[in-house]
Amino acid sequence: MNNKIYEISPGFEEIMPKDYRDLVNDGPFGKKLGVKDLGTFKELLEEHPLCAGCGLALSKRLILASLPSPENTVIVGTTGCSSLSFAQVAIHNIHSIFGNQNAVATGLKRALEIRFPDKTKDVVAMGGDGAIGDIGLGMVMHSWFRGEKFTTIMFDNEAYANTGGQESGMSQKGAVLNMAPTGKKYAKLPMPEIARDAGCVYSASVTPARPKRLEKMVRRAVILARKLGPTYIQIYCPCPTNYKFKPSESLKRTRDMEKSGAYQIKEYISPAAEELIKKFEEVK
Amino acid sequence: MSDKAIQQKIVEPEELFFKAKREKQFITGSEAVKESIKRANVDMAISYPITPQSESMHLVGDIYAQGYVKDYYRGENELGVMSAVAGASMGGVRVFTATGGQGALRAFEMFPTWAGARLPIVCAFFCRGLNSPLTIQPDTIEIGLLLDTGMIILHAETAQDLYDMILKAFIIAEEPDVHLPVAVFADGFFVTHTREMVEIAPEDIKLPPYNPYKSPVPVMDMETPPVRQMRDPFVMKSNYVSYACHASWQQEVRAAAERARKHINKYLGGLLETENEDAEILIMASGTAVSQSRAAIIRAEAEGLKVGLVKLKSLRPFPKDEIKALAKGKKAVIVPEFNITGWLAREIKSVVEDNSKVIGAPRVFGGMTMPPELILEEIRRRSK
Repeated sequence: MNNKIYEISPGFEEIMPKDYRDLVNDGPFGKKLGVKDLGTFKELLEEHPLCAGCGLALSKRLILASLPSPENTVIVGTTGCSSLSFAQVAIHNIHSIFGNQNAVATGLKRALEIRFPDKTKDVVAMGGDGAIGDIGLGMVMHSWFRGEKFTTIMFDNEAYANTGGQESGMSQKGAVLNMAPTGKKYAKLPMPEIARDAGCVYSASVTPARPKRLEKMVRRAVILARKLGPTYIQIYCPCPTNYKFKPSESLKRTRDMEKSGAYQIKEYISPAAEELIKKFEEVK
Repeated sequence: MSDKAIQQKIVEPEELFFKAKREKQFITGSEAVKESIKRANVDMAISYPITPQSESMHLVGDIYAQGYVKDYYRGENELGVMSAVAGASMGGVRVFTATGGQGALRAFEMFPTWAGARLPIVCAFFCRGLNSPLTIQPDTIEIGLLLDTGMIILHAETAQDLYDMILKAFIIAEEPDVHLPVAVFADGFFVTHTREMVEIAPEDIKLPPYNPYKSPVPVMDMETPPVRQMRDPFVMKSNYVSYACHASWQQEVRAAAERARKHINKYLGGLLETENEDAEILIMASGTAVSQSRAAIIRAEAEGLKVGLVKLKSLRPFPKDEIKALAKGKKAVIVPEFNITGWLAREIKSVVEDNSKVIGAPRVFGGMTMPPELILEEIRRRSK
């Protein structure tokens, strides 16, 4: 692992922006920090433009704090609310077009394996439910069928939030949203099960109301992807703007969704993944 | 074969292109693609079938199996392939793919994205007609649709052109002052499926590898700080700074394509080629329309009619100054095309001073061959 990539060239210490100096001096690179250390280090997501109470912003903050090796991680994002906050992420990240994140991640991961055969480079594809469950589903599933070694994380706010609150495949049945004026006619896509059946060695769903669980799942997903194959995590990201609740009630809504069973925490682990998890979690 | 392949010696582009002793082989256009990729030191190739392109990417798969290419797979669809080659290129490796016709249009959103991200991807396009009605036959309408994606666009007349243009496209694409995708077009079937004598360099030499650190935009590998967002800056906000960023970036992409002129001149001997350019009547064409024009010119000469030929090799950058100068004082400029829209005639009309003398004819489409007689008739009509 190259932990010195963020060092400032000698002589330029004074003129680099303060944010950058803070990242070099107090960032998490190479320090094995986690969710429990939040507030003690310069975080990888700061000053984002997402709405107050956005479940996606909170989830992204937690994901970034959970990455096992941020200094060697490249994120592939895509169009949606999440893309608005990638410019504020202190990790190399790609925005290509809408829904093609898993295809881009495939090429990127394979390229990094060619260029750095002796290094571990993590690739994490991140997108909303529209990108992963709808427009990009074919490319997402084919990356799983092919056994591509990277993690896919869905920010599931159960709608197209960035375009003004349209129904998505991940919206709950009956939800009244733009383009579903009389309520959604079919059920939420069973993505964790689709991921499991399509070849993900690890598939989980979680909410940001459980930060430690989320952290454990992200770490597992990223580490398993290195060795075994594709992994998937789906995170409930309540959207106060489009679902019309108070920003201060995001976490309450999350807990209510869990309690009612509308959003279930799931974890599917393949036998090979189970074995590997035992090894790396014991070592820790 | 594979032992030999992995022992390829790296040589300078000039050596491979111009100095190495070439051998003649009687091969198809698809095989010419294979021969160029064999010598191009390509890291990754990604394929998806579409007629008339498929055979070329089968053959690239074969040379992957032999060890000439490090990674190769069949993608899920054209958009998936064009996205994956973008990911690979951003990851800092040399990539190749090919498509054509409907496949190119299915992937369309990625082409301006490639150019905007300054990715030096080389993609071969084997033209075919577009729906509706459905056809698999040759037709160059797709070139007209792809002209303004920001890519550099070359149009091969023959399998020889295809071999040379693909190989040289990597070096042109990767020049730090260019660093743009290069699209190499060839007319489906007429070039891909017919055999001709092609002069090729020895197979035990190859181009130097791509150096991603020479890129004018940082490679996405987390080895090159500071943090980069592709493409930076992210300009979705509605404010003056965003507008200015977007506008200046787009202008820079176009300027980079213009800067490719000197490299195209150096490696391909110019953006166009001329024969008898002093004649009163000129035919200007690209692709296999050039070959049909040659046949027509031979017959015209037998009738005592003098006709010059301008073969356009590069469509982006467009050889506007050259065309303007060549058309000056001419009686007529005939532009035969294999498509209904007449995009080349439109391009030429946009740069010729008195464009009423530009004849957008003959045109055939839907897969028809172009009888040289049609071009000859046009020559006779304009000679009166």
